[in-house]
This record gives sequence, C-alpha cells and structure tokens, in this order.
Amino acid sequence: MSILIRVEFLGPIQKAPLELEITNLSELATLLQADKELSKWLTNCAVAVNDTLVSSLEVSLKDGDKVSLLPPVCGG
Amino acid sequence: MLYLYNGALDVPKILKEWYEQEAASNYGAYIPFVGTVRSEDGIEGLSFDIYEPILESWFRSWQERAKAKGAVIKMAHSRGDVMLHESSYIAAVFSPKRRVALEFIDTFVEDFKTSAPIWKYDLKNGQRVYALERSTAIQGSGILANKIL
Repeated sequence: MSILIRVEFLGPIQKAPLELEITNLSELATLLQADKELSKWLTNCAVAVNDTLVSSLEVSLKDGDKVSLLPPVCGG
Repeated sequence: MLYLYNGALDVPKILKEWYEQEAASNYGAYIPFVGTVRSEDGIEGLSFDIYEPILESWFRSWQERAKAKGAVIKMAHSRGDVMLHESSYIAAVFSPKRRVALEFIDTFVEDFKTSAPIWKYDLKNGQRVYALERSTAIQGSGILANKIL
C-alpha cells in the first residue's frame, strides 16, 4: 500500500503543494534539501504535522498526513 | 475569542462590541492594545497572510492561560491589505484587577509577535514584499535543514 503525504508551503514561500511517498520527516528533509529554491527556507522554517508544530525529525508519517512549512512570522 | 477580518479593522466598532460583551461580567479592568500601520520607509500599507488552523490552536492555549488567571483575552486581526493609519491588530484583556490584565497583555502580544502564524508584507510601488528582516522564526525552526546521517 502506498503512503501519500501532502506537503504545504505557507506564507511567502512561493511553491505549490507536493504529494510525496515518504514515511518520516527525515526523508522529507533529504528531498527538500536537494531543492535549490527551497533550501534557503529550511534553516528558518518551523514544521507542523497535521497542524501541530513538531520539534524533531523523529516523527513517522502515515497515509493522508499533512506537513506544513512555516517561515518566519510577523503579525500585528 | 478570535476574530479575523478581510482588510482593515473597524477599531471603534470592535472595542465597543468587546466592551458590551463583558460590561456585566464584573471585570474591573479592560486593557486593549490597538496596532496601527505607520508611514515608514515609503510603504503604502501592509498585507497579511494567516494560517488559521495553527493560529486558532495557539490562541486557544492563551485563552486557557487567561482563564487560569480569571481573565478573558480577545484578539482581532486583518487578512489581506491594510493601508496607512488603519489598524490590522487589536488585542484586549479583561480581568478582575488591573495588574493581571496589564501584565497579561504584555506577555501575550510579545508571544503573538514571535509565534502566531501570520506573515507580513510591505505594500510598496504596487508590489507585495515579504518583511523577512522584521520577522521571527518560530521556536524550533530549522529541523528540516538538519544533516541526515
């Protein structure tokens, strides 16, 4: 059975969502680090899985999960 | 409560609504903070993107913290464009005594600035430019840049 994860890029990151066959965040890190346009954002983006912020790559993913990248914020 | 509006906030209307909501709640203090777009560096205004699911859960955690102190917190924010001298942000705390509200509004607004998933853009020469240098990385950012062994 294939596992499909949706990856969304929020705010100013001009990138369409991706649908990826990955099973954890380390695989996502490897894929995104290879993307030249995206690599500059990775050092300052927070990561949420199903709308909950995570603080480590030690997170396994299951089919239908949503991963969001949140660049630096400035409300108000 | 959390209120999101398209465009500038109607400050007198929102402050009046909040006042009336709590007028009979026996709070001794109502401390609002109103953020106004200032003329600076030739901008015509500001523009905002909001990621609502995480904003809502972040705000719920602050409602719990307010409740634990016998207080209530309310917040309004704009989506999209807000021009000079208009307001994009209002936060207010109601509490039985003033000291709790004064301290709470300070810590709340500081955390809002560094944690709430809202992105700000300068409107300048008809362009929408991300205000990266005035933005703050959310705590825990950067994990996807970690070296994978």
